[in-house]
Amino acid sequence: MKPRIEVVAIDCLMVRLFDVIAEDNMPWMLAATRRLREGFGAALVDLVPSYTTLMVHYDLLALSPALARELISLALNGLQPEPKGSGQSHVLPVWYDLSVGPELTVLAQRSGLSVEEVIRRHSQHEYQVFALGFAPGFAFMGLVDEVLATPRLNTPRKRIAAGSVGIAERQTAAYPVVSPGGWNLIGRTPAKLFDRARDGYSLMQPGDTVRFEPVDHAEFINLGGDDTPLEAQA
Amino acid sequence: MSRLLIEASTPLCLLQDAGRFGVRHLGVTQGGALDWVSMSWANWLLGNALDAPVVEVTLGGFTVQAEEYCLLALAGADLGAYVDERAISPGRSFILQKGQRLRFTQPFSGARAYLAAPGGFDAPKVLGSCASVGREELGGLDGLGRALAEGAYLRYSSAGGDMRVLSAEQLPNLQSKAPLELIVGAQIGQFSGQSLFDAFNTEWTLDSRADRMGMRLLGTPLQYQGPSLISEGIPLGGIQVPPDGQPIVLLNDRQTIGGYPRLGALTPLALARLAQCLPGEKVRLVPVVQETAHQQHVEYVRRFH
Repeated sequence: MKPRIEVVAIDCLMVRLFDVIAEDNMPWMLAATRRLREGFGAALVDLVPSYTTLMVHYDLLALSPALARELISLALNGLQPEPKGSGQSHVLPVWYDLSVGPELTVLAQRSGLSVEEVIRRHSQHEYQVFALGFAPGFAFMGLVDEVLATPRLNTPRKRIAAGSVGIAERQTAAYPVVSPGGWNLIGRTPAKLFDRARDGYSLMQPGDTVRFEPVDHAEFINLGGDDTPLEAQA
Repeated sequence: MSRLLIEASTPLCLLQDAGRFGVRHLGVTQGGALDWVSMSWANWLLGNALDAPVVEVTLGGFTVQAEEYCLLALAGADLGAYVDERAISPGRSFILQKGQRLRFTQPFSGARAYLAAPGGFDAPKVLGSCASVGREELGGLDGLGRALAEGAYLRYSSAGGDMRVLSAEQLPNLQSKAPLELIVGAQIGQFSGQSLFDAFNTEWTLDSRADRMGMRLLGTPLQYQGPSLISEGIPLGGIQVPPDGQPIVLLNDRQTIGGYPRLGALTPLALARLAQCLPGEKVRLVPVVQETAHQQHVEYVRRFH
C-alpha cells in the first residue's frame, strides 16, 4: 500500500490508493478515510471517496499545499485495512417485476438464465458501496455477477422512478429520486435512500455493504413502495 | 424584519451563498455563487459575513419592490440596474425607500450581479447552506432549490449595516482579457504534445451550452492519449476533456465524481472572472503551479479585511 498524491486543484489533492476496482479495496479506503478525517480535522472541507481514490478538499486559508501533502502522508503512514464489518450493513427490499424492471428479460436473454435465476444472482451477493455520486444518495455498488454484466441503455430514459434498481456493467444502484438515467432496470425498492431529516442524510455511505432482498408486491406496498409503472410516469 | 416583493424573476435568479460543504461524499453537489468574488464584495459593502445569503441575478429580468425602507448592496456585473428611474452602478450599498423598485434590465458588462442585504437574506439552511440547486431540490427560499419566483418575498432580519462604496482599486475588472490561470493536473502529460500547445496558445470560445454545472469551451479539439479512467472526485473549476475533445469547465453545480481526463483546474480567481463571461466570448488559458496560485489567492482575500 503506497498511496500516490496528485495535484487536483488549488485546494484539492487526490490520494490514489489503487489502480483497479475491487471489493477488497474498501477496507483500505475506509481506513484511509478515517485517518484523513482525523488528521485534517477542521481544515477538511470535503473528502470524496470513489472506487480507488480519495479526493481531499481542504481549507486553503488554513493550509498550504505543502502542509496538506504532509498531513496526508502522516495520516496514511503505516495504514492498515479496517476490520471486516466496519461499514454499516443494509438490506434493501426489492420488488423484482417486469412492470417496474423492464430489463429483467433483457438480462435473462443475454445471460441465458431464467428471470428467477437473474433475480437470485442479483440478490444473493453482498455488495460494497464504492462511491456516491450522480445524485444525492445514489450509491454505486458492486461487483455484480459477471454473467449479469450489461452495458447501459443506448438511449437513457428521461424519467426513472424513485427507488428503481438497475445494473450497468458490473455495478448496481438504486435511484434515490425521479431522474433521467441509462441503467438496466430490474426492480424497485421502497427504501428511502436520501432523507434530509435523517442523521447523515444518505441511507448508504461509501464503505457500507448492501444486500437486496426480494419481496412480493404486497410486501412492497406494505413497506410504502409506489408501484406506478414507468410508462405512467410520463 | 424588512421585506421586498419579487415582481419579476427568471429561472436564473437564485438565492446563493458560498455553497454546501461536508456532504460531497454523499453525492451532494457544492452549489453556491458562481462569482464568489462579487458575492463577497456585495456582502462586504454592508459589513456582512462574506458568505451571507445573496441573490445571484444572471443576465437581468429581476425586479423587487421594497415594502418598507431597505438597505441593500450591489456588486458584480452591470446589468443595467435602476432604482425607479435612477440608474445605479454596482459596487455600492444603497437605500430602497418604501415603494421603490430595483430593476435589472440587461447585461452591459459581465453576466452576474449579486444583491446583498444586512446580515444576508433569510432562508432555511438545508444541509448547511441555502445555495439553490434545482436538480437536487436543495436550498433557496423554500428549501427545495427553486429559483426565486415572482410573487415571493425576500426578507432580512438584521436592523442595520454599513454603507460602503468600492473604490476604483477594489472594483473587479470584468473587462479583463487576462488569461484564466489553470493549475495543471495529474493527467496533463497524457494529452498529445500538439494538444498541450493548443490548450495554452489558442483562443477558446464559450459555448452557449453552459449552465451552473459546466461551461463548454469550443476550439481545436484536444487529444487525450492515456488509458480510460475510473470515476473519481472532480474539483470546482476542473477542466475535463470528453472524447469529442471540447473541454468543459466544471462549475459549482457539477456532479461529485466523474471519469473524463482533466487538464487541471482553474483557480478560484479565474473562475470568478469566467462567471462574468457571456457565451461567444473568447478566453485563453495559462498554466500556473499550485503553490503560486495559493499565494496569489491568500494575497487577494486580504482585500476583504
